Amino acid sequence: MERYWNPVETAPLHEMRALQSLRLSRTVRHVYEHIPFYRKKFDEMGLKPEDIQSIDDIVKLPFTYKQDLRDNYPYGLFAVPVEDLVRIHASSGTTGKQTVVGYTANDIKIWGNCCGRALTAAGGDASDFVHVSYGYGLFTGGLGLHAGAEEIHATVIPVSSGNTKRQIQIFKDFGSTILCCTPSYALFLGESLRDMGVDLSEISLKAGIFGAEPWSDEMRRKIEGLLGIKAYDIYGLSEVMGPGVAFECSEQTGMHINEDHFYPEIIDPDTGEVLPEGEVGELVFTCITKEALPLIRYRTRDIASLSREKCSCGRTLIKMKKPSGRTDDMLIIRGVNVFPSQVEAVLLELGDTAPHYMLVVDRVDNLDTLEIQVEMKEDMEFDAVRLIEETEAKIKAAVASTLGISAKITLLPPKSIARSEGKAVRVIDKRKI
Amino acid sequence: MTMKQLSVFVENKPGTLAEITGVLGENQIDMRALSVADTERYGILRLIVDKPQEAEAALKAAGFKVSLTDVIGIAVQNQPGGLSQALKYVAQVGIAVEYMYAFVSQKRDTAYVILRVQDNEKAIAALKEGGIPIICEKEV
Repeated sequence: MERYWNPVETAPLHEMRALQSLRLSRTVRHVYEHIPFYRKKFDEMGLKPEDIQSIDDIVKLPFTYKQDLRDNYPYGLFAVPVEDLVRIHASSGTTGKQTVVGYTANDIKIWGNCCGRALTAAGGDASDFVHVSYGYGLFTGGLGLHAGAEEIHATVIPVSSGNTKRQIQIFKDFGSTILCCTPSYALFLGESLRDMGVDLSEISLKAGIFGAEPWSDEMRRKIEGLLGIKAYDIYGLSEVMGPGVAFECSEQTGMHINEDHFYPEIIDPDTGEVLPEGEVGELVFTCITKEALPLIRYRTRDIASLSREKCSCGRTLIKMKKPSGRTDDMLIIRGVNVFPSQVEAVLLELGDTAPHYMLVVDRVDNLDTLEIQVEMKEDMEFDAVRLIEETEAKIKAAVASTLGISAKITLLPPKSIARSEGKAVRVIDKRKI
Repeated sequence: MTMKQLSVFVENKPGTLAEITGVLGENQIDMRALSVADTERYGILRLIVDKPQEAEAALKAAGFKVSLTDVIGIAVQNQPGGLSQALKYVAQVGIAVEYMYAFVSQKRDTAYVILRVQDNEKAIAALKEGGIPIICEKEV
């Protein structure tokens, strides 16, 4: 018998639409009254909050872009006074500035509820030990699933990321039953388990919830085999909330979107026109219950499609296909969002190298690797190995502190990176996902 | 009184050294001494040649990363302990040697050594005071 955490997950479509209509009109009034950015935009378009009565009116609303968050850094798009905020999260931005998001107590409660739905769909309940190996901190992964586990009264083991041996010891000693981390780390844990000679009978894992980076069905089967679990996908982005915007059920054919909180649309990224159900385009979300940061028609840059086909799990929440790509050049490396322009900014700021670089992304032993190849300046002194190594180490440290990711730095002679006539090719992604 | 050393960045792929020496040969440049520093990913070829500026231009034109570095050339007695004495003079004034390499001269009793240090002037002064002959490009 399928269990649901919230009755809304099986609500009939007309009820869901009525709820969405009510929440959208309320949100539109809220942003008009409290966020000058939206008020100005609405006024310029001659749009009044009362023009938005039904969820169908959403097409009248303007889009919100990542650039808008950057332009209003850090708190310019927040709709509540600081007294009402209880938490800040952030993700690395495109030009050094981070994307800052805020939450009220109620936002956190809803976030926990959404992640609770995901954990329930993965078979979790109060008897489970939820092992969270997502990073805790400004990244939303750790604390998001943490809130979900508490919501369903499971016992959280907040391990955070890293130290694989300790993670496996905790599996064995603490009896972890549900693992939450990035899929590549799950695979790494599974292979480490095997390499350390740990038999699956020594651990109690039964399910895993994996997200924050792209993965394939082939990877899923491998993870399931190595860890002896059923693996579930989860989707989210900090601008909208964090993990738990959408989650997978036992059918494993797409993720149910928590559309009572996040209204999804698929649009043509070039024209902005809404595409019919089933078509592939850019995923756009409107936060219809968020208090602190209720973004309107936020362009995720993720390419996906939506489907209202009946799901065998009984949930009526609309489903999205796993994103198949991006409309921008963002890379997801070990769960960290990386834009080539961020790397460029670091290189230019240091000024030790020429502005010609190439990012080589690969997956070695199931972990993503990033190599930054960059050309030396014509006048750089390089006659001793030390001089080259010092420059590489300096770039490595700057990349680690700015992007939060470890990269291998390779200095190359001038003019050795191919110049392109059109759009510069900055990335070679060798990962076969 | 320093010498010009030519440094060439060598990518680790077959034929690079042959190509570099080929360019020098075509341009009638005579090599007097060489050393290679090798790492896992690349090498650094250091050369003493008869026409450093011309060699630099030729290699640059052929697409290599080249630079000229001021190094010190000394002449040491070709006998046990000869080099050690010279290096002591440099160490005494607190100068570390970045790298060095030796080559033989036409004169059987003398060996030439190239030294790369951080402070050329100070090192030369110390060597001169110890009576170590400093050589120039024309002598090699």
